[in-house]
Amino acid sequence: MTLQATNKGAAIELREVRKTYIMGSQEVHALAGVTMTFGIGEYWAIMGASGSGKSTMLNLLGCLDRPTSGNYRLYREDVGSLDDNRLSDLRLRYLGFVFQSFNLIPQLTVRENIELPLFYLGWDALHSAERAAELAEQVGLGDRLGHRPAELSGGQQQRVAVARALANDPKIILADEPTGNLDSSTSAQIMDLLQTLNEQGKTIVMVTHESDIAARAGRRLHMRDGLIDRME
Amino acid sequence: MIVARTILNIRLGLKTLMLHKLRSMLTMLGVVFGVGSVVAMLAVGEGASMQALEQIRSLGSHNIIIDSIKPIDDEQSGDSGARMSVYGITYNDQMRIAESFGDVRRIVPVKVLRQEGRLAGRALDLRVVGTTHEWFELVQRPLLAGRVLVGEDLHRGGNPVVLTEFGARRLLAASNVIGQSLRIGAYVYEVVGIVESEEGVAGGQTPDQQIDAYIPIQVARQRYGDISVRRQAGSQEIEQVDLHQLIVEVDELEHVERTAAGIAAMFERFHGRPDYAIRVPLALLRQAEATKRTFNIVLGSIAGISLLVGGIGIMNIMLASVTERTREIGVRRAIGAKRRQITGQFLIETMVLSGLGGAVGIGFGVSIPALITMIADMPTVITGWSIFLSVGISLSVGIVFGLYPAVRAANLDPIVALRHE
Repeated sequence: MTLQATNKGAAIELREVRKTYIMGSQEVHALAGVTMTFGIGEYWAIMGASGSGKSTMLNLLGCLDRPTSGNYRLYREDVGSLDDNRLSDLRLRYLGFVFQSFNLIPQLTVRENIELPLFYLGWDALHSAERAAELAEQVGLGDRLGHRPAELSGGQQQRVAVARALANDPKIILADEPTGNLDSSTSAQIMDLLQTLNEQGKTIVMVTHESDIAARAGRRLHMRDGLIDRME
Repeated sequence: MIVARTILNIRLGLKTLMLHKLRSMLTMLGVVFGVGSVVAMLAVGEGASMQALEQIRSLGSHNIIIDSIKPIDDEQSGDSGARMSVYGITYNDQMRIAESFGDVRRIVPVKVLRQEGRLAGRALDLRVVGTTHEWFELVQRPLLAGRVLVGEDLHRGGNPVVLTEFGARRLLAASNVIGQSLRIGAYVYEVVGIVESEEGVAGGQTPDQQIDAYIPIQVARQRYGDISVRRQAGSQEIEQVDLHQLIVEVDELEHVERTAAGIAAMFERFHGRPDYAIRVPLALLRQAEATKRTFNIVLGSIAGISLLVGGIGIMNIMLASVTERTREIGVRRAIGAKRRQITGQFLIETMVLSGLGGAVGIGFGVSIPALITMIADMPTVITGWSIFLSVGISLSVGIVFGLYPAVRAANLDPIVALRHE
């Protein structure tokens, strides 16, 4: 596949990345040798049928998993050679996750959920609270800081999740079907939010199977059978 | 930083536990009972040993006490009328002990007499003890008035008498009795002092309640001899007893048991029949310690089993909690939490649980001994270190039984955990 050259440099570089699972006696190639570059500041949507390898791709990009073979560099850091602790560190400093099912922690308030990455970064309580309030304001939930996730609508929950993903000021935001559980109007809100973030300079990689959502991204990557099918 | 984080973790733990109040409380029960019984056990044990120590201290841990005992066969033949029974500790015994044992510091003889006493026209049957001045050194009693017997009393050939508080009360004597004349039997004595009576301690020296007065033993021997006659309905009982009690003080604590064994062997050889009893307060102390140890082992096992069951209960709930919160663990890991941070979080949560259980248990453990003291009239002592130990135990239970669930939580694959329903 062609290497994408961007004027700003590469946030993520994949070279011949394979991920193989053993299912019983059979080897399943979830990723069958992907070479790809995501440039800094780009907004990508990864599309494909289920089983095309897009989720595996996102897990790898998110440093939740390591490739079976091949080379993955995140801001020039060779992810394949890192241990669990260093991978956690990378996630903490470079990445922000947005999930389909929001994944807020139910017993924590909105503020505490947003503060979570700051807690692991070792921020003190005062600065964390300030930052959380700021972020909640940014996603339009400044008045819901004391609420629990269960007291919020789906769209609001996803906005809290976005605020949480932003708390550590990540370089890359990884979104896994961020609108999958939302209706169309709240979906539009979330997509607006992501677009704003991209305009502010965040690199975004989003997995989706809805083409109208994917259309909001600057670039689209289609996958099939663990390989890149085409890019637009 | 670490402290602040731990505090946050503790708050988070409390919050999670508060979500399932009933479940958390039930989970704590095992630790509550375990810790409660540890505190209660230690309090009862401590109280018992304190009491035993108190008793033994009043007897003197350096002392060996020998009593004269009327042999059983003598009592049975008493109905045949006037017959003299000769038994008990002899003056020879006292001499032999003094000569044979280098470890003996002093020997205090006690001779008990019953004589009629007269004070200012008031007559009473008095129980009089003939002893030496050393009795007052060995068995210290606060002086209420006047003085106790001194060494010179033995040689001066005077006739001093020291009343006990109890005896003085029986004679209706006040402290102005000092210097007055007290007639005992056919002889006249001068009251020189009054000593305080102490509550008789079971198994101790001749209890104070049974004694009205002390006189020098030489005087007692000279004036009243060693034969006593007691008249009982129709028959009379005649006894010859040299000494009723000997208190042997040993110089070093380590020599007490050796000396006691020697004295026992000596008495066995020279007496041939059990007309004496040897008591060693130190041996009583050892016995009390052994009893306490047994008691502690029994209660300790109960507490141990309770703690084990409690710990397993906690582990069970924590494993369930880990399963329940798999998604949360996945999220935390995705955000960047390291394995050891997840371990720490769950471990602290377990420790909060067991610590709370321990706190409630200490509350129980403190109130149970109070109840025991009230109902069974047993002394109990709650020591600071038993509380300290209990806190340690409950936190250790948290660590031991929380570690496995916590490690299991930390080792979850974040991808799998995130997908968990």
